[in-house]
Amino acid sequence: MTRVFLTVILATLQLVLLPDASAQVVLTGGTVHTGTGEVIEGGVVVIGADGRIGAVGKNVATPANAEVVDVSGKVVTPGLVDAASQLGLVEVWAVDRSRDGDGGPLDDERDAIRAAFRAADGFNPMAVAIPVARAGGVTSVVALPWGGLISGQGVYAELTGELGHARVANDSVGIAITLGARGGATVGGSRGSAMLVLREALDDARFWRANRANYEQNRSRRLNLGRLDAAALAAVFDGKPLFVHVDRASDILATLELAREYDVNVVLLGAAEAWLVAREIAAAEVPVVVQPTSNLPATFDQLGARADNAALLTAAGVKVVISTFNAHYVGNLRYLAGNAVRAGMSHEQALVAVTKNAADAAGVGQLVGTLEAQKAGNIVVWSGDPFEISTVVESVWIGGARVSTRTRQDELFERYRTLQRRASPAEKIAPVNDQPAPENVNVEPND
Amino acid sequence: MRLVRWIIAATLLTACGAGAKEQPKDEDWATMAYTWAPHEQPRARDLVPTAAVPENVLLRGATVLTAVGEPLEGGWVWLRDGKIEAVSASKPAANGATEVDASGMFITPGLIDTHSHLGVYPTPYDIAHSDGNEATSPVTAEVDALHSVWPQDPGFQTALRGGVTSMQILPGSANLVGGHGVTVQNRPGVSARAMLFPDAPRGLKMACGENPKRVYGGRGGMPSTRMGNMAVWRKTFYAAQQYKQGIDDHVEAMKRWMASAEQKPEAKPKPPARDLGMETLMGVLEGNILVHVHCYRAGEMTQVLELSEEFGFDVRSFHHATSAYKVRDVLAKWDVAVSTWADWWGFKLEAHDAIPHNAALLDEAGGRAIIHSDSSIGIQRLNQEAAKAYEAGRRGGVDVTELDALRWITANAAWALGIDDQTGTLEPGKRADVVVWNTHPFSIYAKPVIVFVEGVREFDADRVEEPWSDFEVGQEPRRGVR
Repeated sequence: MTRVFLTVILATLQLVLLPDASAQVVLTGGTVHTGTGEVIEGGVVVIGADGRIGAVGKNVATPANAEVVDVSGKVVTPGLVDAASQLGLVEVWAVDRSRDGDGGPLDDERDAIRAAFRAADGFNPMAVAIPVARAGGVTSVVALPWGGLISGQGVYAELTGELGHARVANDSVGIAITLGARGGATVGGSRGSAMLVLREALDDARFWRANRANYEQNRSRRLNLGRLDAAALAAVFDGKPLFVHVDRASDILATLELAREYDVNVVLLGAAEAWLVAREIAAAEVPVVVQPTSNLPATFDQLGARADNAALLTAAGVKVVISTFNAHYVGNLRYLAGNAVRAGMSHEQALVAVTKNAADAAGVGQLVGTLEAQKAGNIVVWSGDPFEISTVVESVWIGGARVSTRTRQDELFERYRTLQRRASPAEKIAPVNDQPAPENVNVEPND
Repeated sequence: MRLVRWIIAATLLTACGAGAKEQPKDEDWATMAYTWAPHEQPRARDLVPTAAVPENVLLRGATVLTAVGEPLEGGWVWLRDGKIEAVSASKPAANGATEVDASGMFITPGLIDTHSHLGVYPTPYDIAHSDGNEATSPVTAEVDALHSVWPQDPGFQTALRGGVTSMQILPGSANLVGGHGVTVQNRPGVSARAMLFPDAPRGLKMACGENPKRVYGGRGGMPSTRMGNMAVWRKTFYAAQQYKQGIDDHVEAMKRWMASAEQKPEAKPKPPARDLGMETLMGVLEGNILVHVHCYRAGEMTQVLELSEEFGFDVRSFHHATSAYKVRDVLAKWDVAVSTWADWWGFKLEAHDAIPHNAALLDEAGGRAIIHSDSSIGIQRLNQEAAKAYEAGRRGGVDVTELDALRWITANAAWALGIDDQTGTLEPGKRADVVVWNTHPFSIYAKPVIVFVEGVREFDADRVEEPWSDFEVGQEPRRGVR
């Protein structure tokens, strides 16, 4: 069933990725991290005219007529993937009508189930935060909806910034769910209530899937799940994953048990205490998406939060993904990976966690996430170690085409690089601070 | 900050000072000093629960980033009796000091966060732990963050592991005048008072813009607009001026009465009713309480400066100040420090024009830039945040140096809190607030190896650290957490 689902995604994505690039580009001389854990010194990356990677290796012939870009001394990686962001769904958090990730009022029982809510419907490819994400080397994201117990369907999008639905590469990559104390609150109860309501929803969706014709003819039992919600949730029985926000170790085990019970795929999100049940997660082959700077007992579900969660999970054989879980700081994904390394993860594993593993968790691992032949030409050239703060993003390629990394913030910076003033600012009338202002004010009043 | 010469009780300086728990006696009124002293220090040493023994230690071979000059390669740093004894290129005659090999490592001053809510919004987050906003009136000058700080917040120790040795803990930003902040040193304490940074001046939190007008406008009250914010402020400071006049008049009257031959009881002037909030604002007008204003927009910052000019007080620093770069010339000229983030934006409209070059531009213009956290997570990585802001500026061609950027989280922060004579740089005579890092602190991989707070080794990566917070004791999922 998983295969059927993937085939559908593949078909959709191929349509999306084919037409873009026109000329062949060859990146030569860089240190190529393929995203599979392999590092090629002085490697060559060929981007085909179809926008996909033609070849990657040490001794790859440069095709005739190709544009050769010398990236000697640079680092080449797959474009980073944020598998659990909110990018494109919110412009300014405190501006109510610029938020599109929430399918209903929070904590409202009637709206706890929103499986049919599609983040894709609200996703804005021109969101002001998207260039900021690109400037951090992120080339694609999953944007997940939030709120309620079953929040709705996540969207996988490539960050070209182009309008049109074509740029939403896959409009439904999984269904976001919140369990634990927060999930319980959405149904007016405790964590057990969340499990109860989720079970009923899954039962209804499975019933709907098996009895669709009867249901449509009003010849089935009544469902608590709405018609569209039932149809949307039924997709999990064809392999579409549940993206489950869950932190407490006991809730993680309950989630794994639920996944076995219903034979559905899950991806764990947040999972602050996952390290406590790393073996069980590894055995269940469930990917875990973590936020590596989360190390405080922020809630009673996160008492065991620790910075080396990612490192411990990786050591136990869990497929670890690192995400910002955010709309505006997606460009900081590389720093989160760096912080995971700071807390004990290996550098290469951290890179895999923001490329290959992220793409796999998003269900698009066949198409992006590594530098391998036939994958999309989503590539980042860095001046050095991608996670290091002093490293500059030199160029970003999506679908084989170079994209801009210029942000609104860059434009504001340039606009205010020199202050336009008619005169110097007024002197303070009664200076009281005992230390005089430093002298070297180098702002030209009349520039 | 000028010293205050005002109702003055030389003998009873703190006990009868502003904010004191007792009314001044007759003779105090007429004769002596009455001022906002720093927070009272702990009266009993047993409020500090650790065997807080400053080490006599000589750190050898590290790259020393002093935050005042160029890096000292292979330098020596000698700490004794809680002070920095020497910082030098050659070995000082540090007899009796334990030598610690810090070759390949980096040494900086302890980091300082000007804007923390540790202890007032401690983890685990809950309404029961929500003690940062006395959001019952837009002006609550009389409240003091000291009284909200829960020293058991697990965030203090994680901040220490990030190299933070002192911080200002502030009330939230719901109110136009939120109350007193408190500057603490980052060490365990039974009460918040046991954490007090010695002789740190008082600070007052004020807030502009969206938050006060949202909180009170949302209840149908005033302020509900930015003009309402400004009007309430002006009314409040006008009242403070009146209050101060009443006290001044009373002092003069008492002097006359004391000087009179008869000192008739029926002629004795009645003291004005005491108002702790007004007393606080009087301290602002007198210049011995440092004013820190949460404010995002450039034009609003200049309005606050106009307010300060109208009522004759100083703004010590703006906080958040994401548009400070637009008025950096004014802020530099008026010598108002700016505490900001490296890259926070997107959360509210007044932060929409935030740019990562903010701190660098301000520094280049001669202003005092500071990187603050406002976050129990961010405070653990102030070094990374400063590095991000530095790199953003450098890439944009802004004239900033690594030294400048280090000062954003050390010396400049110390100045904003009025503790720069005690900490913030590695100079002989200053407090031994010192961090030894495994690598350059601007690397993403940098981690403190040892953190000294006033010469006490509060953190050592080679030790098994006991949790400071009782909350972490016996919590099964937290066992072994470092």
